[in-house]
Amino acid sequence: MEQKNNTLLIYTLLYFAFLYIPVLFLPIFSFNDANYMSFPLSGFTTEHYEEMWAKTNLHKALWASIKVGVVASIVSTTIALFAAKAFARYKFRGQNISYGAIMIPFLIPEIILAVAILVIWLSLGFKLGLVPVTLGHILFCTPFAMLILIARIEGFDFSLEEASRDLGENAWGTFYRVSLPLYLPGIIASLLLSFIISFDEFVLAFFLTGSDATLPMYMWAQMRFIQKLPHVLALGAVIIVFTTFIVLLAFWLRNLGQGKEKAEFGIKIHE
Amino acid sequence: MNNSFIQINGISKHFGNVKAVDDVSFEIKEGEFFSLLGPSGCGKTTLLRLLAGFEYPTSGSLLLDGIDITALPPDKRPTNMVFQNYAIFPHINVEKNVQFGLRKLGLTNDEIIKRVKDVLSLVKLEGYEERYSSQLSGGQRQRVALARALVRQPKVLLLDEPLGALDKKLRDEMQLELRTLQKEIGITFVFVTHDQQEAISMSDRVAVMSEGKIQQMSSPNELYKNPQNIFVSDFIGETNFLKANTELKDGEYINVNIENLGSFKIKNNLNISENASEVICSVRPETMMIDTEKSDWDICLEGKIKQTSYLGEMTKFYVETKEIEKIITVSSQYFDNQSFQDGKCFISINLNDISLLNKK
Repeated sequence: MEQKNNTLLIYTLLYFAFLYIPVLFLPIFSFNDANYMSFPLSGFTTEHYEEMWAKTNLHKALWASIKVGVVASIVSTTIALFAAKAFARYKFRGQNISYGAIMIPFLIPEIILAVAILVIWLSLGFKLGLVPVTLGHILFCTPFAMLILIARIEGFDFSLEEASRDLGENAWGTFYRVSLPLYLPGIIASLLLSFIISFDEFVLAFFLTGSDATLPMYMWAQMRFIQKLPHVLALGAVIIVFTTFIVLLAFWLRNLGQGKEKAEFGIKIHE
Repeated sequence: MNNSFIQINGISKHFGNVKAVDDVSFEIKEGEFFSLLGPSGCGKTTLLRLLAGFEYPTSGSLLLDGIDITALPPDKRPTNMVFQNYAIFPHINVEKNVQFGLRKLGLTNDEIIKRVKDVLSLVKLEGYEERYSSQLSGGQRQRVALARALVRQPKVLLLDEPLGALDKKLRDEMQLELRTLQKEIGITFVFVTHDQQEAISMSDRVAVMSEGKIQQMSSPNELYKNPQNIFVSDFIGETNFLKANTELKDGEYINVNIENLGSFKIKNNLNISENASEVICSVRPETMMIDTEKSDWDICLEGKIKQTSYLGEMTKFYVETKEIEKIITVSSQYFDNQSFQDGKCFISINLNDISLLNKK
């Protein structure tokens, strides 16, 4: 048995090494005092980070990504919330088909989705920019948001909503005073993950941004010049840390109130 | 007191092809403790949910205190419900739970505080205001659910198997408490349960339901002593069924020929006048006597004990006789169960204890 456990441990370590070593190169080289990525390391510096922050184009791209991410995450979470509620609460004809239809953008290669949106958008006579990117991201984020919210709402005790109606609240009052606070951890998790998906997304942005670059587009553009590599590494390191934090936060929120102790509450809010 | 406080007029509720409630009509009196009793799937919960407004009837109408509530949504009805799983809001504490339904009643702050305080003392939950549902026991949650419904001073309190999740001892306690509470506040209670003992011990009247229809509606005593059909007789307590054919009617009595036993003159509680119609005779286990010796009762059969189960306050016997394949009877705790040799016994029945049931 001991032997077997060791094998498993080694396998696990190798797996994590495979997953994370490439990613770890970014932060390591971002602090390296050189313009190229190679060992041995030639000294510690935070220069690349200062350089990164001095770029005004980066600020513009960051702002564009935040705008797109915020709108895409709010819209896709809202759409997904109502859909998830319907899926969890009711049994209706065509349920499986409509579930599949919502999940399909998940499975279609992104580049095909991007080309399709590009063709339609241009043939309608609109200009490229952040609007089509946002629309594409909404399409792309909604299935993720659905998965998160269905997991949260499934197993929700719908007699709580009936109790609220019974106690004199109408449908909106019930949603506001009972459903929303209890769904809230799921909603926030969905907002955060949708935001991250949009924030990191490259292919749709590549086809649809036109001249307003999002952050991944900006990085890609910078990569073409070797002397700009170090500050892209710095930016990449910052994004990794930020993304990891948000994703962990989202998972923690998603599991809140569904953990082992089975505390039945979501977030306590006081009226 | 209003004898037709709640009027249920020809109510049906169909789910697809299933007739959950099938053309039911009856009335509930003001201030009554009324139970809907039946096995799961008999339509009792659907009927309660129709009263609460969570379901709308396929046909028929509902009147409460003279007002047609058939089409009113739950929040517009003067009814409140205690849910089977209590449905305590988990994100707010006990006090906020109880206050939940007062917001729309247009009360002043002082009135709200007073009402919450009074109702919490009524259900003996003072000091639990700050607790959350996850910090309460089953019995305490039940009290919160009760307080939350009663604080709105509804005309009718609907209770959906509220004691089902409690252990036996607590359940017995809560039965007494609920009954006392109902007497004290005088609100009409409509109580749904599948537990016949619960319904019988608490209610003024009980409606026994099966397959969407009401089988019998009467006082608990009447229900036990005088069941109108096999279903009710079997569902309320335990009984022995004997097949029989009617013979000549004789005043208040009728001659019946009980299968394998012969002809007997028994009370005609069904008022049957037909000759040769098939009926069922019911004999309650506790009305029979089991002994080691022959008795001088109206019927005395020799039998063999197939199985016994000791229930503490009594012992239950499953007996086989030449005439009847299986008889269930009980003996009191004073009886020495060891006195039967090789399971040989005598079962005695008095004709007074046989009642007739309709075949269907």
